[in-house]
Parts: sequence; C-alpha cells; structure tokens
Amino acid sequence: MQYQWDFGFLLQYKGLIGVGVLYTLAFTIGTAVSGLVVGCMIALARLSNMRVATAVVTGVIEIFRCTPVLVQLVWVYYALPILTGIELSPSVAAFITLTLYGASFFGEIIRGGIISVDMGQWDAGRALGMRRHQLMGDVILPQAFRRMVPPLVNQTVLQLKNTSLLSVLAVPDLLYQGQLITSASYRPLETYTMIAVIYFIILFPLTRFAHRLEARMSH
Amino acid sequence: MSVQKMIELVGVRKSFGKVEVLKDITLNVARGSVVALIGPSGSGKSTLLRSVNLLTVPDQGFIRVGEQALDFTRGHRLPGDRELSAFRARTGMVFQTFNLFPHMSVEENVMAGPVKVLRMPKADARTLAHELLAKVGLADKATARPDTLSGGQRQRVAIARALAMKPEVMLFDEATSALDPELVGEVLAVIRSLAAEGMTMLLVTHEMAFARDVADRVVFMRDGCVVEEGPARQVIETPSQPATRAFLSHFHNGLGPS
Repeated sequence: MQYQWDFGFLLQYKGLIGVGVLYTLAFTIGTAVSGLVVGCMIALARLSNMRVATAVVTGVIEIFRCTPVLVQLVWVYYALPILTGIELSPSVAAFITLTLYGASFFGEIIRGGIISVDMGQWDAGRALGMRRHQLMGDVILPQAFRRMVPPLVNQTVLQLKNTSLLSVLAVPDLLYQGQLITSASYRPLETYTMIAVIYFIILFPLTRFAHRLEARMSH
Repeated sequence: MSVQKMIELVGVRKSFGKVEVLKDITLNVARGSVVALIGPSGSGKSTLLRSVNLLTVPDQGFIRVGEQALDFTRGHRLPGDRELSAFRARTGMVFQTFNLFPHMSVEENVMAGPVKVLRMPKADARTLAHELLAKVGLADKATARPDTLSGGQRQRVAIARALAMKPEVMLFDEATSALDPELVGEVLAVIRSLAAEGMTMLLVTHEMAFARDVADRVVFMRDGCVVEEGPARQVIETPSQPATRAFLSHFHNGLGPS
C-alpha cells in the first residue's frame, strides 16, 4: 500500500507547534544557564578543601549521572512531593530536574577545565602575590574556559534533546505538542517527521558551532 | 652578625604525608648577597626555596623576608589568603618551567603583577614593563606571544615579570635546568647583572661553576638537612663534608677553569 504523504494539514497547528518550540528553547536556555551556575558551584565545592562539602556534592553528582533523566523527572514530580509535602507543578519539577542533571555534567566539565591548567600557572600567579579570586579570574579561568567551551556546547545539545522527556509530565514542549497533534489528526508519520526536522534544524548549527570551536582550540 | 639579614629562616620543618622533606632548617641570607642552594634531587632544596615565599607553607618554623615575618611554630594562627598574598608580593620567583601566562602577550605578563596586585595604572605598568624588557634584552618582544619565544627568551621575560613587583629578594628555582645548553648563558648573564646591582638572591641550581663564580655563599643540602654551608669557592672547591665531596664529584668535569 502506498502511503500518501500530506504535510499541508500541519499548518493549522502552527500555533501549537510554535508553543512547543518556545517551551523547548526556553527550557534548554533556562536550564543551561541555571545548570551552569549550579555547575560552577559544584566545581568549586569539589575543588575546595572542605571534605564534607566535597563528599556531599560528589554523592549528588553521582546520583544524577548514574540514573536516567526520565526516571529523575518522574521521581521529582511524583515521589518528591510525597516525601516533602511540597506540590510541584510539572514545569517546576522539570526545571529543577534538568537544572541538577545538567549541573552534574557541567560541573565536571568546569572542574576538568580548571584542573587541566598547569600547576605552574598557579605557582606563577601566587608568586606575584595574586589573591585567590584574581588568580582564578585573570589566570586560571581564561585558560580553562577555552578548553571548556566545546564540551559545554555538546552538553547543551544533549540538554536540548533531554527536554523531549518533559512530555511525560505533560509540559507542552515540542514532542508533547506533536503527541497532541497526532491524537487529533491521526497522522503520526507527518507529525513526528516534522518534529524531528525541527529538532534537527535547531541542533545542527549548534553542533557545527561546537565542531568549529574544537577545531580552533586544537591548533 | 654584622651584616643585615634579608632572609631569615629558623627551625623550618615540612612533611608531605609521612616524608619529612625539611628537617629543622635554619638559613640566613644577608642583604645584597647571593646564596646558592645545591644538592641531589629530593634533598629538599626546592621545597626550602618555595617555603621562603610560602608557595609551600611550612609545618613549623619562623620565616622573615625584609620587614615581613610569619611564625609557624605551634599555637600560631595560620596566615590566610590575604596575608600570604601580601607576603609573596614582596618576593620575586623564577621557575624552572618559566610559567609565563600563555593567554597574555609578553608585556601583559610583565604588567600582570603591578596592575593586578599593586593596582598600578596600566600606562605606568606598560612603561615599567618596557624598561624591564629592555633590561633583559627583549625590548623588541613586548607584543609577542610567549609561545613564539625561545626558552631562554621566555625565562628572561619571567625574570622581568618577577622584577616588575620591585621585590626585595629574588628566588630562582633551577632557572636554567629546562633550557637547551646554548640558551643557558643568556639567562645566567641576566642573573649575574642582578647580582652586580646588589639584588638579594637565593637560587637553587645545578650550574656549579655559576654558583662558584656568582654566589657569595653556597648551601649544600641532603635528605632535608643542611649538610654544609660556607663561602661559595670554599664549599665547591674544597668541601669539608664527605657527602658534599661525593655530590660535587659528579660535576667536576664541567666546572672548568676558574
């Protein structure tokens, strides 16, 4: 049987699709920023001499790195409110989960970047009498940042793809809108093809950008 | 002691884990003099040098450089980041591996200390940097990136960077050990001219002929202890301790005529 492709009907859902794209992008950018902030704190805690802070943070990171995001999302939305008595809206639960999930990876990238800077650079800055924050800001981070950018971009790409999991909590991201359109139109082939194409259009330039950065760094 | 002491270390001890690297070291460096620390690797001479500007914080002991003193004997509070930084700002240090800041130009490297630590206006710092670069023979390299320079040039920039803080003393940690043999001379020449100007210097070196000719005193260390100390020529040419003699016997071929 020959399937009759017909993408025309999707036009009438452009409002829904627009909302989906907006949610996907907003969650990606929002949790990338919050994840970077939390990730920075994680990296500094792990690099500090405070044993307790290091141990706690390392434990949390491992939990987020070694369980699937989907499980984390469901757990934070359904189980956490029962434990704490605090009701979370799907969007808030999703935001918290993706922030912490992203942060546990961002944190390791940032920490890796910082410790990849030669110990002699710390010696040189200290020998000049630089304070800890000057040393970090003027000597270590500018060198570490160059090495961090490509993996940070790659992690952000993954973060955007992970937002598709928000659909299980009925957050109206791109995939969730696709499911809505499918159940109304009974045309999953066109709908999911279009959803995939939209993800690709957003992500392809980003991965190209990461490649270009990596090539620039390596010479 | 009739000469004024610029660097004074008393009872300095340091352990890394279970290994005691410095065992109750006492050392004085007179103002305007040059002292060379020699000894086999693992003898603790680099750790001792690094404890003078507190890059390595000792477990025990008293350290004074110029007017500034810190006491690490039991019961004293450990200095914080602010105190350590202020202490280090008065000493200059030059490392075996240069440790120039690769993301800055040559002049920015030299300006980094004055601008960031001393809050000197950038224009003044640039003038100072150019003076110092001229002094080490690199006036034409101000805008170059460190990775375009030879090892000897990099080390001379590192010396200029340390001098930019107008230090009271200069510490050299095997400043020529990472250099190709033909580049050693240009760095030693700069150190020699600093000695002639009366800069107080403490240097860890494997250049025995240089230590003999430029240093006023030589300190021989082994296993975290000072084994022998005295006038440079005497310690290197007629050492009194068997351990010093044994160590120096590895070098005598390279000592050359005096």
